[in-house]
Amino acid sequence: METRTFKVSYSPHIHNGSSTSKLMWNVTLALLPAAVISVYAFGLNSVRVLFLSTFFAIFFEALALLMRNRNWKQCFDGSAALTGFLLGLTLPPGVSNGIIILGSFVAIIVAKQVFGGLGSNPFNPALTGRVFLLIAFPVPMTTWPLPRGIEQAKQFMGLATTKVTDAVTAATPLAAIKEHAEKALPNISTSDLFFGLHTPGSIGEISAIALLVGGIYLLVRKIITWHIPVSAILTVFVIAMITHFINPAKYPHPFFHLFAGGLIIGAFFMATDYVTAPIWPMGKIIFGIGVGLLTIIIRLWGGYPEGISFAILIMNATTPLLDKYTVPSPFGSKTMRRPS
Amino acid sequence: MRAFKEFSKGFWRENPSLVLLLGMCPTLAVTTSAFNGLGMGLATTAVLIGSNIIISLIAGFIPKKVRIPAYIVVIATLVTLVDMFMAAYSPDLHSALGLFIPLIVVNCIILGRAEAFASRNNVIYSFLDGIGMGIGFAVTLFIVGSVREVLGNGTLTVFQYKETIIQYVIYHKEAVSPALVFILAPGAFITLGFLLALKNYIDNLLKAK
Repeated sequence: METRTFKVSYSPHIHNGSSTSKLMWNVTLALLPAAVISVYAFGLNSVRVLFLSTFFAIFFEALALLMRNRNWKQCFDGSAALTGFLLGLTLPPGVSNGIIILGSFVAIIVAKQVFGGLGSNPFNPALTGRVFLLIAFPVPMTTWPLPRGIEQAKQFMGLATTKVTDAVTAATPLAAIKEHAEKALPNISTSDLFFGLHTPGSIGEISAIALLVGGIYLLVRKIITWHIPVSAILTVFVIAMITHFINPAKYPHPFFHLFAGGLIIGAFFMATDYVTAPIWPMGKIIFGIGVGLLTIIIRLWGGYPEGISFAILIMNATTPLLDKYTVPSPFGSKTMRRPS
Repeated sequence: MRAFKEFSKGFWRENPSLVLLLGMCPTLAVTTSAFNGLGMGLATTAVLIGSNIIISLIAGFIPKKVRIPAYIVVIATLVTLVDMFMAAYSPDLHSALGLFIPLIVVNCIILGRAEAFASRNNVIYSFLDGIGMGIGFAVTLFIVGSVREVLGNGTLTVFQYKETIIQYVIYHKEAVSPALVFILAPGAFITLGFLLALKNYIDNLLKAK
């Protein structure tokens, strides 16, 4: 017979052995397929970006912990590494080293440690770093080197590629649509977007299938719940379907919006951040719908080609309110009305 | 030495931007270059000195219940004077600061000093308080503006009057691309936040001694 010892104390009595650090490393593991694809597509450049952003995120975390008189070894708990890794995945492969280091600085120091470290930050640190860089350096942050197989990529985009110094660059699918939808739309195939081997874009966003594999891993391991990703992606899908139905020449079909840009990495890996997302199921669904709505509105009618980072940051601001108003009522808590 | 104390408290101990956190609107909005910050700070100083003197003189005659409207009338008169002077003698700066000159009327530093200090103290102390607070405010705005201009544009504009412009190029835009965000609104918040942190850090160091 199995014997188990129970502590005589308040619940919980049984612990499954999970910890913050294990969760963080699991999420990092789930991002690895996307990273591997990016190394295939962009070569050593993507290794450089990912290594620098992760290394300096951990470095700044240790620095901030030292300045706050905390145990600096906490910097290895995986949260800083995950923030740096996510930040690296949202950058274009050609950015300079200084920009990457500044992004890690903003993500860890300004967005996280200034507010009190892990668990206290109101906004997703990696996305704050990315948006800071996007506003600070608009040109390098929107210069997209082409992946391998330049010829296929040229055909794929169907657009004039410009030669900048020594790298060949092109617009991302979303940027191409934004500029002249009628010309670019027929040249983009959904399967290319799905596998992402010939698509210009941020390091981690190019391959939808790799991200989906990671996302499903997280769902299976119960690290995230389905609420936020499904509601966000479904919202984008439905609105894209309606607009595509109204004017197919101008608005791309819904699968384009699903697989292009950062919707999948954002919905699965960033909007579900434990610290900055709501905790109750209802709140998560409202949060996800908000992310989806803002994303597709910015994509279709906004000033930027891609809106997922802004959408998640804006919805992060609503998290305390959603947490307050969507608390589920416990079973049996409703007062029964007596039959009179 | 009370006179010196009233004069110097605005520099550091009761700095309007960094300790009292008053006048955040001009601190954040017009400090896109060092000289814009300085010009705004000096305009506010001029109004602050005038309003402190006048209000400390007339405070005894104003009924308690209507004191705020009365103070606003005094401040608005002075702001109009500054506005017209600036439009006449430094149109460049006037157009750069734009709407924020008339808005000095509702700047909380001025009303705050009128209510908290000038209406309760005599003319000499109020005058010194106005100068001290004004200089503290102007210097802080100059620092915020310098940081934002250097990081966001790579230059440092120290002086600008008609054709005379004293501007230093810190680094060339072609070599190092400046972080545009510091000229925009988020950069103002980040800069001010780090300045506040730096000031508190120095205070803690001094206290520990």
